[in-house]
Amino acid sequence: MILDGKCPTGPIETSWDRHRFDTKLVNPANKRKYKVLVVGTGLAGGAAAAPLGELGYNVEAFCYQDSARRAHSIAAQGGINAAKAYPNDGDSIYRLFYDTIKGGDFRAREADVWRLSQVSNNIIDQCVAQGVPFARDYAGYLDNRSFGGAQVSRTFYARGQTGQQLLLGAYSALSRQVKAGTVKLFVRREMLDLVVVDGVARGITCRNLCTGEIETYWGDAVVLATGGYVNVFYLSTNAMGCSVTATWKAAKKGAYFANPCYTQIHPTCIPQTGEHQSKLTLMSESLRNDGRCWVPKKKEDCEKPAGQIAEEDRDYYLERKYPSFGNLAPRDIASRAAKEQCDDERGVGPGKRGVYLDFKDSINRLGQATIAERYGNLFEMYEKITDENGYKQPMRIYPAPHYSMGGLWVDYNCMSNVPGLFVLGEANFSVHGANRLGASALMQGLADGYFVIPYTVGGYLATVKPGQVKTDHAEFKKSVEDVNADIKKLLSINGKKTPSELHRELGKVMWNNVGMARSKESLTEALKLIPKIREEFWNNVKVTGVGEEFNQQLENAGRLADFLEFGELLAKDALNREESCGGHFRTEHQYDDGEAKRDDENFCYAAAWEFKGAGKEPELHKEPLKFDNVHLAVRSYK
Amino acid sequence: MKLKLHVWRQKGPNAPGKLETYEANHVSPDQSFLEMLDEVNEVLVKEGKDPIAFDHDCREGICGMCSQIINGMAHGGQDRTTVCQLHMRSFKDGDEIFIEPWKAKAFPIIKDLAVDRGNYDRIIQAGGYTSCHTGGVADGNALLIGKEIADYSMDAAECIGCGACAASCPNSSAMLFASNKVAQLAVLPQGQVEAKRRVVAMLDEATACGFGNCTNHYECQAACPKGINVKFIAKLNREYLKALLP
Amino acid sequence: MQLTQSSVGRKIIMAVTGAMLFAFVCVHLLGNSSLFFGSAALNAYAQKLHSLGPVVWIFRLVMLGLFTVHIIFGIQLTLENKAATPDKNVQIKRLKTGFAAETMVVSGLVLLAFVVYHLLHFTVRVTNPEIYVPIEGGHGMVDVFVMVTHGFQQILPVLLYVIGMGFLFLHVSHGFQSLFQTVGLSNDRTLPVMGNFSKLVGLVLLVGYVSIPLLIIFGIVR
Repeated sequence: MILDGKCPTGPIETSWDRHRFDTKLVNPANKRKYKVLVVGTGLAGGAAAAPLGELGYNVEAFCYQDSARRAHSIAAQGGINAAKAYPNDGDSIYRLFYDTIKGGDFRAREADVWRLSQVSNNIIDQCVAQGVPFARDYAGYLDNRSFGGAQVSRTFYARGQTGQQLLLGAYSALSRQVKAGTVKLFVRREMLDLVVVDGVARGITCRNLCTGEIETYWGDAVVLATGGYVNVFYLSTNAMGCSVTATWKAAKKGAYFANPCYTQIHPTCIPQTGEHQSKLTLMSESLRNDGRCWVPKKKEDCEKPAGQIAEEDRDYYLERKYPSFGNLAPRDIASRAAKEQCDDERGVGPGKRGVYLDFKDSINRLGQATIAERYGNLFEMYEKITDENGYKQPMRIYPAPHYSMGGLWVDYNCMSNVPGLFVLGEANFSVHGANRLGASALMQGLADGYFVIPYTVGGYLATVKPGQVKTDHAEFKKSVEDVNADIKKLLSINGKKTPSELHRELGKVMWNNVGMARSKESLTEALKLIPKIREEFWNNVKVTGVGEEFNQQLENAGRLADFLEFGELLAKDALNREESCGGHFRTEHQYDDGEAKRDDENFCYAAAWEFKGAGKEPELHKEPLKFDNVHLAVRSYK
Repeated sequence: MKLKLHVWRQKGPNAPGKLETYEANHVSPDQSFLEMLDEVNEVLVKEGKDPIAFDHDCREGICGMCSQIINGMAHGGQDRTTVCQLHMRSFKDGDEIFIEPWKAKAFPIIKDLAVDRGNYDRIIQAGGYTSCHTGGVADGNALLIGKEIADYSMDAAECIGCGACAASCPNSSAMLFASNKVAQLAVLPQGQVEAKRRVVAMLDEATACGFGNCTNHYECQAACPKGINVKFIAKLNREYLKALLP
Repeated sequence: MQLTQSSVGRKIIMAVTGAMLFAFVCVHLLGNSSLFFGSAALNAYAQKLHSLGPVVWIFRLVMLGLFTVHIIFGIQLTLENKAATPDKNVQIKRLKTGFAAETMVVSGLVLLAFVVYHLLHFTVRVTNPEIYVPIEGGHGMVDVFVMVTHGFQQILPVLLYVIGMGFLFLHVSHGFQSLFQTVGLSNDRTLPVMGNFSKLVGLVLLVGYVSIPLLIIFGIVR
């Protein structure tokens, strides 16, 4: 099937304004008759629930954490982009639009990206009004910094905790609506099923993580803002609880999953130290502004302390390969280069999976005080984790899974192919194409939440009658039975392996075969191995306790069960996409110099997969991507 | 290294709890504290026993989910460190470690080391925001805010809402938590409009939630993984006095 | 009323009444130190106070009011704080606070007992009636210098005074800095030094007050 994104036609500059005018409205007096469910309270979910409540809808918001303030958006460090052009450096909505399309390797929808760029300015104003303490200069004006993939300074920031401050802003707006009674908050709830009645999303089924009770909620629209899926790699920079569960359950109920193979591997993370490791920690990529990446030229030097390796025996591989961008090459390129060096057995540190990030030259040039002022908190964080002093010896870094550009397929209104099911933020696939630029994730979450969904949900609700299906409907009862059956099954297996052990096994397969570099062989192997792990899981997993209690093992097992199905789809999508683009690199498709080779003739489309049952072949639907406002070009950073 | 752990086990909110002893025999100094607990749990699961329940999520010190009293100190007592950032290299072979949950009337225990911190949300819901509607706000640069003011506001805003301040307070007072939000907004022009109403509402809510009164022990600052200063409590007190004036 | 209902409001009442009581304690010490200038000086000071007539009684009532408010709110806050912490952790290690801060209600109640004893001893004159002798030509007024010097020649009263002042030291060493914080008069520059300064203030009061009974019992002042 050829999918239609329902993008407005005509001049792109006015597309969003025209679309807003064309979107139907709900009469203020009627709004309170509608109920909207918002799952996830991060930047996208929190920012969606608050204005929907302000408008007068009845909103029920759900999160698996113990508070709406804890979503993993909070961990974003660097900043948020906006086309304010305050520094007078030639920025514009068009330039932000262009940079984002190019950064995504021409695999995103033009109209969505335009809208994102257009509302980016409103986001900054909104956050300032909420009391977000953005960095300011001495005159009192908002300060900007530069970020990767752009030649202008358009990134707004609040120290190294921009994500935290923006999330707390959304959380405060949400809290205000909770007080006002328009939003009801349900914390420690994990969505375990989407209830679809006659092809329309009508509600969700959740597990109360404190009591284990299975609860159902009806809504005239369901908004999923449940984040990304890179925990499929087991080790990632995501929080421990991040999972594909909510979106995957929706996919199993008919929502198409688009471009799952677009995963972002972030270059500047702290390497793994051992098997015990539960997650990887990211350090802001701004470190590459002053740090130089290198590995020893000779394999035998890898065991030596860095200080004993002579200057001429060091390979500054990024500067060698990309003389013009050097250490500031985009994320996907820098990550792949680090992997190449380690594959060449010239990696450093435990397991030789690491490269040096050396600040010696910068310290000599600028002094340690300046470096500490710029990156002090990161050096502190590095020392806490590794017990090494980054000022005295080079840091060791290695790429780690960080963000998923893929997600549920949505049209221009952020609505999936299931009517009534809206998907926001990292959970959808819409604006980042095959690679996301730094400081764009926060922008997308807040844009979707504050400025897109309040209009588009209204447009949908105006076409449906409120409260048509409630929780007494047979589909809700069936959903509870299905969820209970799954839980019962998990608890009854009583095998030998813990969910973490099996998750680690899956992670290894995913990382080695579907990680930074993928090939037909590796993907075919993954597609053989993943079902095996899945089979072992359903026969040999051990989940202790009972369903009717606070049971973290059960939570983990349930999330892993979904990763085990989803991982296969990810590998399938990667195998299908016979080209290299952005975060998806197929070793068969590269130029002689090792750069990604896109195939615009055959793959200039979004791949949306329809679930047909576990272990069954999913069906591919294509949404062709049209580029009327930018010229398709080879992305070069040489 | 080998460690002996004394862990608070409690089945549910109303069940009695007690310390139970476990051994962690293969602890690597590079492990984080929570990874050490993960391994203890793996052993418990394999033995068919109930693993230790504890809250955690981001494991990089920013989400505020992790919450344990380690050897009598919130987050283990290391300067500006959450439990998840605590590494086993700060312990020695043969150490005995006491691991307990936050204990306060306003933080009821859910299970073992996991507590309910919904009362912190309630304090924010009482007034920890500016009442601005989405859309239709002024340009971000319309009101200038000096760097010193923005920095002060940011110092206060670093709070991660973990609960260590109330948990370490001899009175279970949430004053540091309430004060940093009051202070963050009180110095910004956007927040000043509602400053009087905010401080009174948030304080009344904290009392209604069952938190104690601040008697200036300053344990909160010592326990705070973000090092938030008690000067913000003085600021809250000033704001409260201002609110009393007509 | 907001002030008496809210947590910070009641603390401010504690701080303000505490500050007034502290001021009284300072002035009282200054007055008492006229003892070191001999019998005439102390008696003159006492006579001056007595000559104020009804003002003395107004002052006494005000003091009684301050005491009552300070004590009632102090006890109420303490009870609330106890209620907020029904279960304590098995292991508790404090990083910053100290004995004085944790025992404010104890030191406060001991001080109350001390004040009662002190009034019985020197004002109502029931504990040691033998120390009162009329002053020459004083129209029936007691010789205050003799009262004090005789009063402090016995071990028990001296011991009670020293103990009482020890608790005053504890109470003030936390309370003094605490009142500045409570009324919002501290910031990140004053906070690090106020703790020690507060202890110093407490120490000055302690040394000042106990010097009188100690110097008397050791026969240095007679």
